[in-house]
Amino acid sequence: MASPAPKSPEQSEKSKKYDRQLRLWGDHGQAALETCHVCLINATGLGTEVLKSLVLPAIGAFTIVDGKKITEEDLGTNFFLDVDSVGKPRAQIATQLLLELNPDVKGDYVDECPEQLLENNPNFFTHFTVVIAIALSERVLIPLSKSLWAANVPLIVAKSCGLIGYARIQLREHTVVESHPDTQNPDLRLDRPFPALLRHVESIDLDGMDLKDHAHVPYVVPLLKCLQAWRSQHGGNLPANYKEKENFRMEIRKCIRLNEDGVPEAEENFEEAIRAVNFATLPTGISKDVQDILKDDSCINLTSKSKPFWIMARALQDFVANEGEGLLPLRGSLPDMTADTTGYIALQQIYQQESLRCAEIVHRRAQHLVHHLGLADDLITEADTRLFCKHASDLAVVRGTSIADEYDPKTPNASYITQQLDDPTSLMVYYVMLRGVDKFYAEYNTYPGEFNVEADIVKLKGCISKLLGEWGCTSVAKDDYVHEICRYGGSEWHSVSAFIGGCVAQEAIKLITGQYKPVNNTFIYDAITSNTETFTF
Amino acid sequence: MDIGNETLGNQDHLQRRWSHLRKLLERSGPFCHPDFEPSAEILNFVMSSCKVLVIGAGGLGCELLKNLALMGFREIHVIDMDTIDLSNLNRQFLFRIKDIGKPKADVAAEFINARIPGCKVTPHYSKIQDFDEEFYRQFHIIVSGLDSIVARRWMNGMILSLLSYNEGELDQSTLIPMVDGGTEGFKGNARVILPGISACIECTLDLFPPQVTYPLCTIANTPRLPEHCIEYVKLIQWGKENPFDCPIDGDDPNHINWIYEKAQERARQFNIGGLTFRLVHGVVKNIIPAVASTNAVIAASCATEVFKLASSCCLPLNNYMVFNDVDGIYTYTYEAEKNPDCLACSNNVKTLDVKDGNMKLQELIDSLCENPSYQMKSPGITTVIDGKNKTLYLPLIKSIEERTRENLKKTLNELGLKNGSQLIVADVTNPNTIIFSLRMPKENDMVVE
Ligand SMILES: [Zn+2]
Repeated sequence: MASPAPKSPEQSEKSKKYDRQLRLWGDHGQAALETCHVCLINATGLGTEVLKSLVLPAIGAFTIVDGKKITEEDLGTNFFLDVDSVGKPRAQIATQLLLELNPDVKGDYVDECPEQLLENNPNFFTHFTVVIAIALSERVLIPLSKSLWAANVPLIVAKSCGLIGYARIQLREHTVVESHPDTQNPDLRLDRPFPALLRHVESIDLDGMDLKDHAHVPYVVPLLKCLQAWRSQHGGNLPANYKEKENFRMEIRKCIRLNEDGVPEAEENFEEAIRAVNFATLPTGISKDVQDILKDDSCINLTSKSKPFWIMARALQDFVANEGEGLLPLRGSLPDMTADTTGYIALQQIYQQESLRCAEIVHRRAQHLVHHLGLADDLITEADTRLFCKHASDLAVVRGTSIADEYDPKTPNASYITQQLDDPTSLMVYYVMLRGVDKFYAEYNTYPGEFNVEADIVKLKGCISKLLGEWGCTSVAKDDYVHEICRYGGSEWHSVSAFIGGCVAQEAIKLITGQYKPVNNTFIYDAITSNTETFTF
Repeated sequence: MDIGNETLGNQDHLQRRWSHLRKLLERSGPFCHPDFEPSAEILNFVMSSCKVLVIGAGGLGCELLKNLALMGFREIHVIDMDTIDLSNLNRQFLFRIKDIGKPKADVAAEFINARIPGCKVTPHYSKIQDFDEEFYRQFHIIVSGLDSIVARRWMNGMILSLLSYNEGELDQSTLIPMVDGGTEGFKGNARVILPGISACIECTLDLFPPQVTYPLCTIANTPRLPEHCIEYVKLIQWGKENPFDCPIDGDDPNHINWIYEKAQERARQFNIGGLTFRLVHGVVKNIIPAVASTNAVIAASCATEVFKLASSCCLPLNNYMVFNDVDGIYTYTYEAEKNPDCLACSNNVKTLDVKDGNMKLQELIDSLCENPSYQMKSPGITTVIDGKNKTLYLPLIKSIEERTRENLKKTLNELGLKNGSQLIVADVTNPNTIIFSLRMPKENDMVVE
């Protein structure tokens, strides 16, 4: 058999096992995941569903805090408890059964009520990468929120109540370099061609080519040539409106070769140039979001405590103001286009080299800043700045608010809530209902409808009216929704928990890997209609 | 003690575990299905009578089995033709390292039955095509979590073929709802299909993205991307050099290694960067990225819909939900529309328009494959001429393929087809044949006559 000597890289068992997710967040995302430590407060059905989707992709470690003993009711919603475990500590059994999922993950538990733990050891929770809290009463939630806010540790609170699910992310500041946008225009700079690109395009003589070569020039070349010609005839301006763009397309079409009969040849590259007019004639700029980052206080006023993200952002800002002449570093990737190999590769390398040149300048500036701040030289590597520059146009910063503030009646969310409540399609009504449930629980120590629907409807309505009054909202508690919530009686539907569990796990992965944009900051799921909505408090 | 065989409800020694479901099924509420009558009987039906079929025991299937078992379902069947692979373990949570190589259906069923007493999952380590109408008819609801579009379409055709009509009226007792889920990376969708009533898989065939293909001339002559180099080795070099005397097996590391090395040589020759082993593996096996969280969300949504259909506690999803959590969490729910000319679910006569009778049979077959609303894979065609059946082309049976191959080059006229001729088409995408009436401009008939 003609078996060649193996030259392929040996694939580790780990990269085989995690292959399907490594294709999404890469080896560096995986490394971040594998060094994190997640805390789960209360191993309810929802709690273990969250951890399941974190243990499988291999977080480094988890700790479960839960002082409850397993009941028969628990077995109906929680897959990570078994029938023989009724009466045993929920934290212990859940830890045991979750660990079976993945030997790469470490896990331990504290069989203690979270409230007591927080009282006895206020710093216990501040050592984790992320804390996920389920079914926490306001009495514990508020001090926990304050403590984690002060320690700058992200907190995710999730609830599963009958057919309604809820998740709230509390984070002070979260920075994202790789947001992986679904769609993105190529960064071609045809309106602001850099010297190497201009030299390359000018060196190509389209008229002197035979038909085969002419039909295999990458579309960037004729497009830039036509654009330069257009601008010289239009006072340096780009084709701006629909009519001008149409005329410009006609100009490109005129460059298509004709056969002996005067009929245009089929030149796919020129068709691509015509199709590219829409985005390629837009002036290259900096999005509002990125401009805001470059103007941010954290970017302008660096200190020795500044995160690498902000130091690189400042280096980027300095680049834009100087060498970049108002533009971000070139992204450096060239989309595929009809072309022969050499023509395409030559152009690709021109884009790549310019992009590396920009990144190098940004890196030098970053190094200078690091040195100036008295920080370690290796704080920011060249690979870091390259990645940062490559994604400069989709950088994102999310600044959140604390749950303690949200729950404080003095913090004004009244007009936002009222406005949403007036919209009959808005799921805000469930936010208000769930807050009502919290208040009900604080007052009566049961869930509304747990034992008596009729009687609790009145009481829950009272709780909600009180809340709306505290907030200064003019809306009233809607009877149908109050009734529906009481019908649930604090019950947990496994499939609703599984839905929210999957969502919360992915949000945690976003926070841990620093990739993809997290929800900001409240998410409601309505399983009755299969709708979801995001609110920002 | 075999709890599964007992009558349910009160005798379940763990009945309190169902108190969560009971609250919702034994109490009335303002947002229930208009026909919903709260009662203890509903849970009894779910637990003792309702038979659910889960298709696929992979990423979605494992989640579905767990969700259904915890929603009280006990009579569950699961079909999966695959065995467990190391790369499944990052999301298919019922499997462990020790299970690698074993049938997914068997391991999944055993795990669920052990964890949830009373639940009786019956595994079928087979293809969906191995079962007939009799088998599928026994289920109340079918829920699918498949990664194959062809299998989905086949299943869709199967539930449609179970429908029976009395004087044009659908016999409701023959209707088996299908809940279907799909995921790719951080995106997914869940839908409810009421066969014959709401949009079916074929009605919305255009929702499936076309597979990325590269023109052969690019691959052979002007490669620009690492993918072009990989496709070259796969499509051209492998056939020429035949290194292992067999077709490519994406699961054989020797094969992947060979393709990787040859593709790397080609990339180096053309100065093309970015060729990695992971990319080669992905292109050769057509790997779709997958994470635990998206599977959890979509399977949860499907299980909720199965429960709604079984209990009538709420109106089911009408009828399509898309999910994407790349940027925040985004969902969109809408009603996919039934296509009145759907090949699978409409009772209209299907007409197939052709340019003229000079079209070759091969061209007609190509159009059945390429037309976005047909997207067939390897159609076989028979017709009736002067009351006699005539096979025009059958690709799947070797002896008939050889005998009918000549017909591919013939024109429709030469084969005796004319305006109004019936074409009976069979394809892997549907368990049933589809009858087309050929429509061609009149003058061509006259040319023949
Ligand atoms: Zn249809």
